[in-house]
Amino acid sequence: MLSLQNRKDILFLSILAAILLIVLPMGLDAFRLNLIGKYLTYAFVTIGLVACWGDSGILSLGQGIFFGLGGYCMAMFLKLQASTLEATKNQSTPGIPDFMDWNQITALPWFWKPFHSLSFSLIAMMVIPAVLAVVIGAAMFKRRVGGTYFAIITQAIASVLTILIVGQQGYIGGVNGITDLRTLDGWDIRTDHAKYILYYAGVVLLLACLLLLRFVRKSKLGRILRAMRDQEDRVRFSGYNVANFKIFIFALAAAMAGIGGALFTLEVGFMSPTFVGIVPSIEMVIYCAVGGRNSLVGAVYGTLLVNWARTSFSESFPEIWTFAMGGLFIAIVLFLPGGLASLYQNYIDPYVCRILKGNGRQTSHTVDKAI
Amino acid sequence: MTIQNDPLLSVENLSVSFDGFKAVDDLSFQLEKGEIRVIIGPNGAGKTTVLDLICGRTKATSGSIQFEGRELTRLKEYDIVRAGVGRKFQTPSVYEDLTVFENLEISYPSGRSVFEALFFRRNKEIIDRIKEISEMIFLDNQLDRKAADLSHGQKQWLEIGMLLIQDPALLMLDEPVAGMTVSERVRTAELLQRIIQSRSVLVIEHDMGFVEKIAHRVTVLHQGRIISDGSMEHVKNDPKVVEVYLGH
Ligand SMILES: Nc1ncnc2c1ncn2[C@@H]1O[C@H](COP(=O)(O)OP(=O)(O)OP(=O)(O)O)[C@@H](O)[C@H]1O
Ligand SMILES: [Mg+2]
Repeated sequence: MLSLQNRKDILFLSILAAILLIVLPMGLDAFRLNLIGKYLTYAFVTIGLVACWGDSGILSLGQGIFFGLGGYCMAMFLKLQASTLEATKNQSTPGIPDFMDWNQITALPWFWKPFHSLSFSLIAMMVIPAVLAVVIGAAMFKRRVGGTYFAIITQAIASVLTILIVGQQGYIGGVNGITDLRTLDGWDIRTDHAKYILYYAGVVLLLACLLLLRFVRKSKLGRILRAMRDQEDRVRFSGYNVANFKIFIFALAAAMAGIGGALFTLEVGFMSPTFVGIVPSIEMVIYCAVGGRNSLVGAVYGTLLVNWARTSFSESFPEIWTFAMGGLFIAIVLFLPGGLASLYQNYIDPYVCRILKGNGRQTSHTVDKAI
Repeated sequence: MTIQNDPLLSVENLSVSFDGFKAVDDLSFQLEKGEIRVIIGPNGAGKTTVLDLICGRTKATSGSIQFEGRELTRLKEYDIVRAGVGRKFQTPSVYEDLTVFENLEISYPSGRSVFEALFFRRNKEIIDRIKEISEMIFLDNQLDRKAADLSHGQKQWLEIGMLLIQDPALLMLDEPVAGMTVSERVRTAELLQRIIQSRSVLVIEHDMGFVEKIAHRVTVLHQGRIISDGSMEHVKNDPKVVEVYLGH
């Protein structure tokens, strides 16, 4: 017999899967479903924030960096696919992306070349964010930089990366980003049919990431992270190299954010520096806070709800949306620090427990973390 | 080489200053195997700082700390722990979000690297050891409770248990009975008597009754220096000690 917590996890995941795979596709037209698909790509970032911020106390205000890097890896691949000799025969240098040609660049820069390969690009969209996270993490955590200082530094890096991209018009498309993306290995990503497929692929990947994070949180490593969040010195003086654990979870969250970014590029059809900088990074944290920084599924729902609200609001009152979101964040921090997940925990969970109780006896010695 | 009884811990000319303020000043002392040593002294004497220096939390300005022939001042904190030095903090430091069992499990010396921790599995040996320790620290029927729900005294015991499970050769306790009830103090004294069999213990304590019960030898610290050292009887009657500490 599975423990109560495991049965709950199965229930939560099934409900989420049913909503995303059945209810929403049946109830929404292709356009709206694609919007949901876009929101879900942010959820890859927010579930990583649950592991980093909620579990481990590492607040990164720069997750847009990793989302953006993943997105750019995918965009570079797609752009090369769209820049065939045939399609670019009117350029002064055919065969290179159009924005390079406009900026008088006459040969494909070296760092673009590997992105001809799909498998390289798929690996790069996870590995490049993860490697950068390891570098940032090693520089910060080994020097015991944490808390607010870490958050500010991640902001600074996000800002630097945006400036870097904007300044490199010729090499990576500058402020316009990389646009006019068409096919993935010959498969047109702009059709409604493709959007459905991409939506489902996104959901399946998100569920896979949720399962992976569930495994991590339930492992001893997950317990060490929570121990570290509350009593870092106690963990350090129990023989652990605390910095390595932080680097690991930060890099894992970065890799997931990279996957989200790559999917975003596929679903939206372009990538630009607006998704890299400080503003999107902070918004991701708000989604996570609203959903509940200690709940993986809570963070997914939070992401969907805030973005849905944004879309509905900003259609009618674009100017007050920013204020509404700021107000929402302050309200959550003040009155509901556990986010929507804590509402569930307080009001609904007791009933769910009663229904699921059955004869499952718990002898695990463990405070299981809900998914 | 003659066979001689080397001290377990040997501190020589240890000093540390914080912005010119000498918290520990040219300190030297030795700790034998199987010895319970208590450090006493007024607030701000530098007692906690001495423990911080030994476990690597604070870096010494000068001096050396030899432990079983190894120089601790050059090791990383986790290497000092792995070498066999366990340290309890002045304020109880347990993982409130985890159960007593999980608290002890994290302290069990295995699965300490990232990947070992990720794929760590409980085995019978570990579970048995956790049960054994939980009996010693009077928490054997509290294993499934969250540490946040323990009483202050129980948290102190739990933290001692978290050190014991690592089986350190040197155990350092910073005010282990602070905030305990009288009966809890008695049990803690028994606990310490029981656990010293195979190790040395360095204790900081203000409770003189408790010190008298457990100490083999007492060192009195004042303004970062040792002002008296010896048996409880000797220290108690030392006029310098009476003046700066016991007289109050
Ligand atoms: N990291 C630090 N930076 C600056 N000053 C420090 C630091 N650690 C300790 N001190 C100072 O060193 C002195 C000794 O402090 P310590 O905590 O060792 O005293 P103590 O003997 O443990 O006192 P108590 O009985 O109150 O616990 C104090 O004046 C304290 O303010
Ligand atoms: Mg102290």
